[in-house]
Amino acid sequence: MKFGIKIMPREVILDTQGRVVESYLVSQGFKIQNCRIGKFIEIDLQSDDKIEQKNEIEKMMLGGLYNPLTEKYEICDV
Amino acid sequence: MSKKIGIVRFLGTNCDADVMKWVLGSGQQAEYLWYQDQFNIENFDQIIIPGGFSYGDYLRCGAMAARSPVMKSVSEFSKKGKPILGICNGFQILCEAGLLPGALIKNESLKFKDEWAELIVAEEKSFFGKQMKKKQTLKLPIAHGDGRYYNTGDGLKKLQDQDQIWLKYQKNPNGSLLDIAGITSESGNVFALMPHPERAVFQWMGSSDGVYFL
Repeated sequence: MKFGIKIMPREVILDTQGRVVESYLVSQGFKIQNCRIGKFIEIDLQSDDKIEQKNEIEKMMLGGLYNPLTEKYEICDV
Repeated sequence: MSKKIGIVRFLGTNCDADVMKWVLGSGQQAEYLWYQDQFNIENFDQIIIPGGFSYGDYLRCGAMAARSPVMKSVSEFSKKGKPILGICNGFQILCEAGLLPGALIKNESLKFKDEWAELIVAEEKSFFGKQMKKKQTLKLPIAHGDGRYYNTGDGLKKLQDQDQIWLKYQKNPNGSLLDIAGITSESGNVFALMPHPERAVFQWMGSSDGVYFL
């Protein structure tokens, strides 16, 4: 079973990369309100048990897959 | 008596040989410590985590290195109040390991900065090498892409209140909050900075201010 983990910089973090892409898109004529850049991790778990899967992912997150000081995450279906 | 210093090596560490030469040149003894092994903390007087790109800087700088077996011993070493110095990637690893507060994130300019930096000693609390004086200036090279120190407002206030801000940039090269170049732990035995003291050992290198760090 595959899971996606979307990790984004927290709002308080100045996301320079997002700003640069935003200004590029504006220069291309797009009307942009805000652009932020994060990362996406796709994980294929061996387990088929939904509860076990959720626990595994949470353990991974707490084990260092994101830094709660600078980032936030959400689990997505892929 | 000379100190015995442990120099931690991860896959991707690249300042280990420079640090080894610096340590041996200062008359101390040194031994490399491999990231997959734990070590006997009684065998060392000090630990240095050198710079580089451990784990290719993947995920986040220092994130995976911070959770490797050698860091269990480093953490134990810290609990005993023994001195630890983190340089560049070593600073990032110590933050990720929770031995220092805060995080180092991508430079505001998105550029890798490789240049000389003028620092000011914000707190006179070093026990390395020659005694630093508060407000003294130091010249050391920096070489990093992720050196912007970040912490929450409360976290920064705590650092200020507890005099944990050790070194500041005179001219901020990376967007680091409060111009922070180096901090110490609350317990006062873990030190880390983004600049490289091991690259400033003799005047012919451009500066010999590295002498204050060993």
